[in-house]
Amino acid sequence: MTFGGPLTITLPADNQIVITRQFDAPRHLVFACYTQPALIRRWLNGAEGWIMTVCEFDARVGGKYRYEWKAPSGYVMGMGGVVTAIEPVSHVASAELFDDDWTGGETVSTLDFDEESGRTTLVNTITYSSKEARDGALATPMAEGMEFGYKKLDQVLAEQQR
Amino acid sequence: MPTPAALDATFQALADPTRRAILARLAQGEASVMELAEPFAMSQPAISKHLKVLEHAGLISRSRDAQRRPCKLEAAPLAEATGWLIEYRKFWEKQFGQLDDLLDELKRLEAMAGKN
Repeated sequence: MTFGGPLTITLPADNQIVITRQFDAPRHLVFACYTQPALIRRWLNGAEGWIMTVCEFDARVGGKYRYEWKAPSGYVMGMGGVVTAIEPVSHVASAELFDDDWTGGETVSTLDFDEESGRTTLVNTITYSSKEARDGALATPMAEGMEFGYKKLDQVLAEQQR
Repeated sequence: MPTPAALDATFQALADPTRRAILARLAQGEASVMELAEPFAMSQPAISKHLKVLEHAGLISRSRDAQRRPCKLEAAPLAEATGWLIEYRKFWEKQFGQLDDLLDELKRLEAMAGKN
């Protein structure tokens, strides 16, 4: 049974992605689901068929976090970061870096939890170091179905050379 | 949302397998015409023709100043036209669907514990 609101994804600046979603739950619960590893791993488990193999989150300023996911192919994607600001139950800011450093620098992510009548609006603003990094994120290897994924490159080039 | 004309240009540019392969190569990072021509049994002028179509569709941009004028992927029109954004969105829909279920469970637990 789900009660969530519509998901919106916007690209307000050429190096940004903003993800907005409503949840039918008070914000202290949504906040907990974003900051407690035992809860994070229950939902942030990656694309279809992927499993989350590492989930650490130290919810304090200067605290580190680390996530790893494993694809059915065996490919492991990891990312980590440092919490730069945290205001229970309304705000988290962090600086993060993917292991495959295609982002070309640090990414700043902020989470804002706003509650009204028992419902929470989450706004996740992700600011990349450049437009190229943002575009790379949209083409993230987690999006298994995409046509021009990095994973498919060899295959496409091989077809060309046949 | 992209205009119909912009979508036409995007899809026309994508209709050719060589141009798709060029985009796939550029997804890994910028490259010069010479570097792009290498994997194909094609002359540089032939590759340049494909690059013009891609540039017209806004799918790539070319540096004006550098000597080698490297080509760069412009992912935003692709994201809108070919589903990168759809895939990205699908990914988050799935994650948030799971979060909805977890939140339901937590609300029940809190209710049982006598809070709220």
